[in-house]
Amino acid sequence: MKSASRLLLTALLAITLAACANQKKEPVEVDTPPVQDRTDTPEVVTQALDANDYANSENFDNPDSMLYRGRRVIYFDFDQSTVRSEFRPVLRANGEYLAAHSGAKVTLEGHADERGSREYNLGLGERRGNAVRQILLSHGASANQIEVVSYGEERPTCRESSESCWSQNRRVEIVFNSTN
Amino acid sequence: MTRKLILTLLLLSVGANAWAKLEIEIVRGNKSAIPIAVVPFAWASSVPQPATGTAGIISDDLYRSGLFDPLAEADMVARPQGPTDIRYGDWKLLKTDYLVIGSVEDGSNGDYRFVYQLYDVNTQEQLLSRVLPVRPGDLRYGAHRIADDVYERIIGVPGAFATRIAYVAATGVGNELQFELVVADADGFNPQSIVSSPEPLMSPTWSPDGQNLAYVSFEKGNSAIWMQNVFTGGRRQISAYRGINGAPAFSPDGGKLAMALSRSGNPEIVVHDLNTGRFQQLTQHWAIDTEPAFSPDGRWIYFTSDRAGKPQIYKIGISGGQVQRVTFEGDYNARVTIAPDGKRLAMAHGNGNQYRIAILDSERNRLTVLSDGRLDESPSFAPNGSMILYASREGGRGVLSAVSADGSVRQRLVLSEGDVREPAWSPVIR
Repeated sequence: MKSASRLLLTALLAITLAACANQKKEPVEVDTPPVQDRTDTPEVVTQALDANDYANSENFDNPDSMLYRGRRVIYFDFDQSTVRSEFRPVLRANGEYLAAHSGAKVTLEGHADERGSREYNLGLGERRGNAVRQILLSHGASANQIEVVSYGEERPTCRESSESCWSQNRRVEIVFNSTN
Repeated sequence: MTRKLILTLLLLSVGANAWAKLEIEIVRGNKSAIPIAVVPFAWASSVPQPATGTAGIISDDLYRSGLFDPLAEADMVARPQGPTDIRYGDWKLLKTDYLVIGSVEDGSNGDYRFVYQLYDVNTQEQLLSRVLPVRPGDLRYGAHRIADDVYERIIGVPGAFATRIAYVAATGVGNELQFELVVADADGFNPQSIVSSPEPLMSPTWSPDGQNLAYVSFEKGNSAIWMQNVFTGGRRQISAYRGINGAPAFSPDGGKLAMALSRSGNPEIVVHDLNTGRFQQLTQHWAIDTEPAFSPDGRWIYFTSDRAGKPQIYKIGISGGQVQRVTFEGDYNARVTIAPDGKRLAMAHGNGNQYRIAILDSERNRLTVLSDGRLDESPSFAPNGSMILYASREGGRGVLSAVSADGSVRQRLVLSEGDVREPAWSPVIR
């Protein structure tokens, strides 16, 4: 055993010396690979947020979801309270959210454009709020989760007398008072 | 006599410059206006004369009525102070038909006395000679009273200058939006905010005695109807049901308040007895029924309804019964108000994208459009029926306009800032 190890040691020494002699002849190019970035590889196990999971309040902040908070304004045609088909997916999402969270409560704020009389427009804003309410109910929301308040033409978001402005003012805003 | 309005700043204080006076401008004059000269009143009081010029206020009132063409002070060749000073020839040369002269003297208990006369220049007849006691703070009011007197003597109908107007003003945008319910003299002077709120205020309406205003306030999140004494500032909540609480209107005897309530699911006309507290629902229809207005005889309630598709004016008996349609002309008729004679109905009349003030003569069944704006609304008759005050839009903001009931004279009242809307002309307060 002893002699064998000595032999190995001698051999290793010889290789090392040879290597040293080699190095002196032509220097090896030193490769310096980058330090591995450890922060981007924590293996946290998550599932992708399902944009179609309308019970998940995380979708309030997901622009890809119909539940996204940026979609909570429903627009209407002049003197109409019929919800246009493009807004139905948003109302389905919010209706299903309410159905899944019995403690959640919303106020539907109905608005009208400036044309016509103010009190009639108060009625029109309420009618729009009620149209939205019916759809939320049809997706499982309960009546006690929804309050309709009409502001008529009193709280415009846009103040010019033009159709582009009026169309922004004819709206129902879904306001969450509680999301539980 | 007027009483001082007590300022009730309910929610927030008012910016000092927000209530600069309304500027009045005659947009269209009347060629057949009656020439009159109101000579500057002699100041005979021991108290130094305030800057308020009595004759100027009287002249302005008469001018605003559209029925008079007052002589400019600079064109007056003489300034008679009493009956014996008048040289009728001077005034005939100036083609003046009527002459008002007067003086301000010391009255009792620190009051003033206006002493004034009205003459017919052509017949040299004295038509009026009166003494009017006025409290020191009420000099403008006294001048309006004289204008009323002169107007009535010449025109034959009581004047409406010594009255008030209420209106809603909105200033600021976004979260800075501020609503004010303002009461001012009929000429726009002395504006005073009686309610201030960051939430919408709507639909002010006067009680027949001129003591109270009913209005809609969103201060509690939803619409609610309040009734407030304009002199004491005391107020009470009348209606705050679920849904809309809107469009208050007093009965001619002041005992009832009609309104639109949607507590049943959609807006219906409801009459509230202010004495018993009872609410009686008059209409029963899925449509929007709103903006009730009593006929001056108190037997009918006119209102707006879209039961036939678009808003039109209907009427129903005060005890209910059959609903009768009143308007048939135009796409859109709403916010009706009835003249003191009970025969003329003023309303917001829409065709296409234009909303104007129209008057319906219910006897001849003839509709006449009186205004020429694009978004004119909220007509309110002067208590003598001679003029209609309404809201219009100009340069992107709300202004008040007034038109004579025959459409011949139109004027504009412009607040220095903010959006002004929903004017309501007070009854005559004596």
